[in-house]
Amino acid sequence: MLTAIKERTNVELPFQTTSVFQPETILAVKNLEIFYGEKRAVNGISLDIEKNTVTALIGPSGCGKSTFLRSINRMNDLIPGAKAIGEIIYEDLNILSEDINVVALRKEIGMVFQKPNPFPKSIYENITHGLKFAGIKKKSKLDEIVEESLRKAALWDEVKDRLHKSALSLSGGQQQRLCIARTIAMKPTVILLDEPSSALDPISNAKVEDLIVDLKKEYSIIIVTHNMQQASRISDKTAFFLSGDLIEYDSTETIFTNPSVKKTEEYISGRFG
Amino acid sequence: MNSKAADRIATGVFVAIAITIVTILAGLFFYIFVNGFKHISLEFLTSPSSNVRAGGGIRDQLFNSFYILFITMLITVPIGIGGGVYMAEYAKPGKVTDLIRTCIEVLSSLPSIVIGMFGLLIFVNTTGWGYTILGGALALTIFNLPTMVRTTEDAIRAVPRDLKEASLALGVTHWHTIKTIILPAAFPSVLTGAILAAGRVFGEAAALLFTAGLSTPRLDYTNWNPFSEQSPLNIFRPAETLAVHIWSVNTQGLIPDVNEVASGSSAVLVLSVLIFNLLARWIGSLIHKRATATK
Amino acid sequence: MEKLLPAKDRLLKSKRSRLDGEFRGKLIVILCAVIMISATIAITIFLGTKGMQSFTKNGISIIEFLTSTNWNPTDKASPMYGVLPFIFGSFAVTFLAALIAAPLGIGGAIFMTEIAPSWGRKILQPIVELLVGIPSVVYGFIGLTVLVPFIRENVGGLGFSLLSGMIVLAVMILPTITTIATDAMSSLPNHLREGSYALGATRWQTIRKVLVPAAMPSLLTAIILGMARAFGEALAVQMVIGNVRNLPSSILDASATLTTIITLNMGHTTYGSVENNTLWSMGLILLIMSFAFILLIRYLSSRRKLR
Repeated sequence: MLTAIKERTNVELPFQTTSVFQPETILAVKNLEIFYGEKRAVNGISLDIEKNTVTALIGPSGCGKSTFLRSINRMNDLIPGAKAIGEIIYEDLNILSEDINVVALRKEIGMVFQKPNPFPKSIYENITHGLKFAGIKKKSKLDEIVEESLRKAALWDEVKDRLHKSALSLSGGQQQRLCIARTIAMKPTVILLDEPSSALDPISNAKVEDLIVDLKKEYSIIIVTHNMQQASRISDKTAFFLSGDLIEYDSTETIFTNPSVKKTEEYISGRFG
Repeated sequence: MNSKAADRIATGVFVAIAITIVTILAGLFFYIFVNGFKHISLEFLTSPSSNVRAGGGIRDQLFNSFYILFITMLITVPIGIGGGVYMAEYAKPGKVTDLIRTCIEVLSSLPSIVIGMFGLLIFVNTTGWGYTILGGALALTIFNLPTMVRTTEDAIRAVPRDLKEASLALGVTHWHTIKTIILPAAFPSVLTGAILAAGRVFGEAAALLFTAGLSTPRLDYTNWNPFSEQSPLNIFRPAETLAVHIWSVNTQGLIPDVNEVASGSSAVLVLSVLIFNLLARWIGSLIHKRATATK
Repeated sequence: MEKLLPAKDRLLKSKRSRLDGEFRGKLIVILCAVIMISATIAITIFLGTKGMQSFTKNGISIIEFLTSTNWNPTDKASPMYGVLPFIFGSFAVTFLAALIAAPLGIGGAIFMTEIAPSWGRKILQPIVELLVGIPSVVYGFIGLTVLVPFIRENVGGLGFSLLSGMIVLAVMILPTITTIATDAMSSLPNHLREGSYALGATRWQTIRKVLVPAAMPSLLTAIILGMARAFGEALAVQMVIGNVRNLPSSILDASATLTTIITLNMGHTTYGSVENNTLWSMGLILLIMSFAFILLIRYLSSRRKLR
């Protein structure tokens, strides 16, 4: 059964590689394998991520979707023994290459984490932390970007009177939107979201989801989620992962209504996972 | 029934041991403070010591203790924090890291008299400085460095990982993240550890006997020129600290009021160390409260 | 921000990006680590060569140095350099101190973890920490003014004795042993206790047959660390032990240790003289012993990991 699936994905490879250089593509992943020491967590996947879309990565825990996500801005570099082979092409460069300036890359490919992780500083400083390092020192410019990114993150009205209060005084949902705001402040091209609302209550979750849909006008968004409804609500394309393999990658509508692989259907309908 | 009796006897023995430990400490403190406070007066604290006559004070020794401590911390804290940052953030598992760990272990288990001998060999004889405050401070640095490195490393490892990831994900370098996110978050624990280490340094004597010496030149406290012979701030002068003073009056025993001077000095010394301990706890809890109060 | 630049210029490593703060920062902390390595190596090499001088330069036989009981460096005609009495003294006070402190320390640890885990720890823990804070000269001074006269009047001898030395050291190493033993006992998994109690064992049987054997390597480490501290302690012992150059025949006899002889004589021997050089050789013995203690502790911790 599984071998059949593998064969299937392998067969599809040529089609996907041919689509790499279409204008819509922002990231082209080719034969990506990721290892933790000896253990292989991602088994040679290939897919194209489109510009200004929300791409959802779904699959059961340990299927490799988060590992894949973390390789896109090289966060896996932090894990001792983690190694990625293959290519992720971004603006004609393989970002897995040794020559990539990881720090510069992460400015363009931002990331928001599962648990809200604001710095134990003021709301204002949370946003200016990355900007100041990037060389923006002028107060007026900083003020401007802080307001702009908080507005985009739909947080401005809630916090504009207490910008200099600790970010830890915000609610969980506000903290997560602050984390999104500080990522936006860096003016990235791609935003990676690793289960951004799994730690939030339903109302905060709804706000974050609205925000994500709103953001795709300007950014390309890749989101890992465990929540099927969330994936179907907000994403345009969905990729289903299982045990390190990319089982199926298609428009969200197709994946949720008419998947071509049986495993996908079983997972979507909640039969395992 | 027999095992029940044995159990009861054993419990009794353990309670007795606990009482013994409490009694030892209570006895020590009682003795130190009851005997010592009799001899502490403003005059005792502010008059210079005497080599032969009774009635000497501990003014210079007290100043020397704090000054050597200050110079020691000035050297130890940056190096210790740097070493701790290296161990927690940059060291990759392997031979070099193992070597550094072994070095820390060796340095921390060296008897202080051995460190004093090394100080004598290098900072006194090889450099030709003679007995100096700087030599003493450098010897104490060797004594203190392992503690500082470990404290910093532990403090950094206790900082939540996701703060570091958040900063790196914004395109900030590792070093800038350490400076602006990790070290500030680790600061309360580092400070607490540094103050506790300061208490230990303050009471240390064996490493100073042969490095800072057993005498103090006549000091002129109005002279603030650190290069002047008589200035208390001169780091190239010999300096007897309070802990060394307690030892030297007892072993040399030239003054008639050895017991009074030593009792008073001991009380001041223990009180200072106690204050360092309480200060460390107080600051630690204060900063902890401030960091979490806004939640 | 700088999106107008081509991707190559933005994203590839360049000379500029390599010269940013990251490189400088890493250099600073590596330097700190190097300082520690070089301090350790310098101590070993300098004290090693200096300590060997009495054998290499002054021609004292190592065997005689280590095995002779005759210490008479000031004899003009035939100076003798046997340090066995001091080596013996060092080991004697260390073992005797551990003999008192180990049961007390481990007993205190068991009291804190098994007998009264809630309030016992709250009281004993700060007390142990305060004991650590008392400087060693203060221990020595109290030993000199309280313990020595007490032994002289109530037990016998001069009061300056191995007995005084071992009691002072026992109190000094008590907190070390108690702290580590407490950590060892409290890190034992709870199922050990539950399993034993479920079989109907009493608390004492559980402690003696299950908990102490399980924690044994760590408890031994605690004792060894305490002994390492005792072996290297100088001033407190020097103030109470009497500092004579003969082998003691009872614990009420005055004695001397390596550290006390170094402490006493380093100041008033001429640097470079034969007698002075023998003091450095004694220092080298201390250094070697301190390495030996580390090796012993490593051996114990490797045994602990094997379990």
